[in-house]
Amino acid sequence: MDGMHDLGGRQGFGRVRHSRDADVFHAEWEKRSNALLAFAVRQGWLNMDEYRHAIERMEPRHYLAAGYYERQFTGLVTLLVEKGIVSREELEGIAGASIPLSLPSAPGRSNAPGRARFQAGDRVRVKQDFVPGHIRMPAYIRGKTGTVVAESPAYPFPDAHAHGVRAEDEPTYDVAFSSEDLWPHGADAALVHVGVFQSYLELA
Amino acid sequence: MTDEPPVASAARRVAALESALEARGLNAKSFVDAHVRSAEQDWVPQNGARVVAKAWADPAFRERLLNNGKDAVVELGLSMPAHHRHLVVLENTPKVHNVICCTQCSCTAYSIIGLPPDWYKDFEYRARVVRESRTVLREMGLDLPADMEIRVWDTSADTRYMVLPLRPAGTEGWSEDKLASIVTKDAMIGVARL
Repeated sequence: MDGMHDLGGRQGFGRVRHSRDADVFHAEWEKRSNALLAFAVRQGWLNMDEYRHAIERMEPRHYLAAGYYERQFTGLVTLLVEKGIVSREELEGIAGASIPLSLPSAPGRSNAPGRARFQAGDRVRVKQDFVPGHIRMPAYIRGKTGTVVAESPAYPFPDAHAHGVRAEDEPTYDVAFSSEDLWPHGADAALVHVGVFQSYLELA
Repeated sequence: MTDEPPVASAARRVAALESALEARGLNAKSFVDAHVRSAEQDWVPQNGARVVAKAWADPAFRERLLNNGKDAVVELGLSMPAHHRHLVVLENTPKVHNVICCTQCSCTAYSIIGLPPDWYKDFEYRARVVRESRTVLREMGLDLPADMEIRVWDTSADTRYMVLPLRPAGTEGWSEDKLASIVTKDAMIGVARL
């Protein structure tokens, strides 16, 4: 989905609020939320693709207003409610107030048919895929051409794994894009490397 | 206009989930207590700093690290979660500077370089560093020479990255412990050079 989360290359943001030795956590509940996510993974209740997608499904105004650990918690609690592990009524009863959840999921998809194997040095194009469900293709590379640098081990295919759809594991390709190709006359010169799933790519 | 019910604070929401799981007899609380301790004690940049120092001091290890990062860090007693199937180590040179990010969420090799700092997870860094790398790095205090090539790595899959900084001049003969003491999380993300 072309969601609010897909921020690469968006303009209008100000300076990074950087500090040396910056904090990881700012409150005790952030640590406990982070641990509850690990607990849910350990229990086998969810996988990381479902989790990332549940965050992406947050209502955009909520997504933008929430800090990192509130987004994390919202993804986690949404999945636990959707999977019937806890109920929203029970949680809201304990909390004594409402608990915002993410919006419902749209269908996922399986691997692309006839996936090609690429070699280092191949010129590849990112397909023009527009899907309503989870995808790990940042929008700034859609339709763009780059050069294959390496192949990764096979991973679960996120577009399927986030939705309980059957699919084969597939590799990602480390593809180097020129920032000039991504944003002509509109970027600092750099090579931008993205791990692109095999299903998203075709030979250029 | 309807009156919206009040929204629970984030702290109350998290506590409510923890109590609901505890009420099911799942021992969530003891798991959470232990996990909070390990997040603070185990996932620290000193892990990655040891990897960097070893790579500087031991050329054969450096070779193995660049070939297969995930296997190489195991030699130092470190580990990565199962879903991080690959660790790619990005070597800085006098002419190439690497910097990592995650534009869609905030993925990092947290068991190696430490949990991501707050600014790494902020929208400013996620939106801008892929497109305005040189400008963002300069704003963050790293003013790279004009002829230095920049490579930005967007963590879009479960492959994880860390930057292998250039060994600073004047550190010849240092022990690995002393070398590790100068390696920072920022340098392994690539927003600082040592």
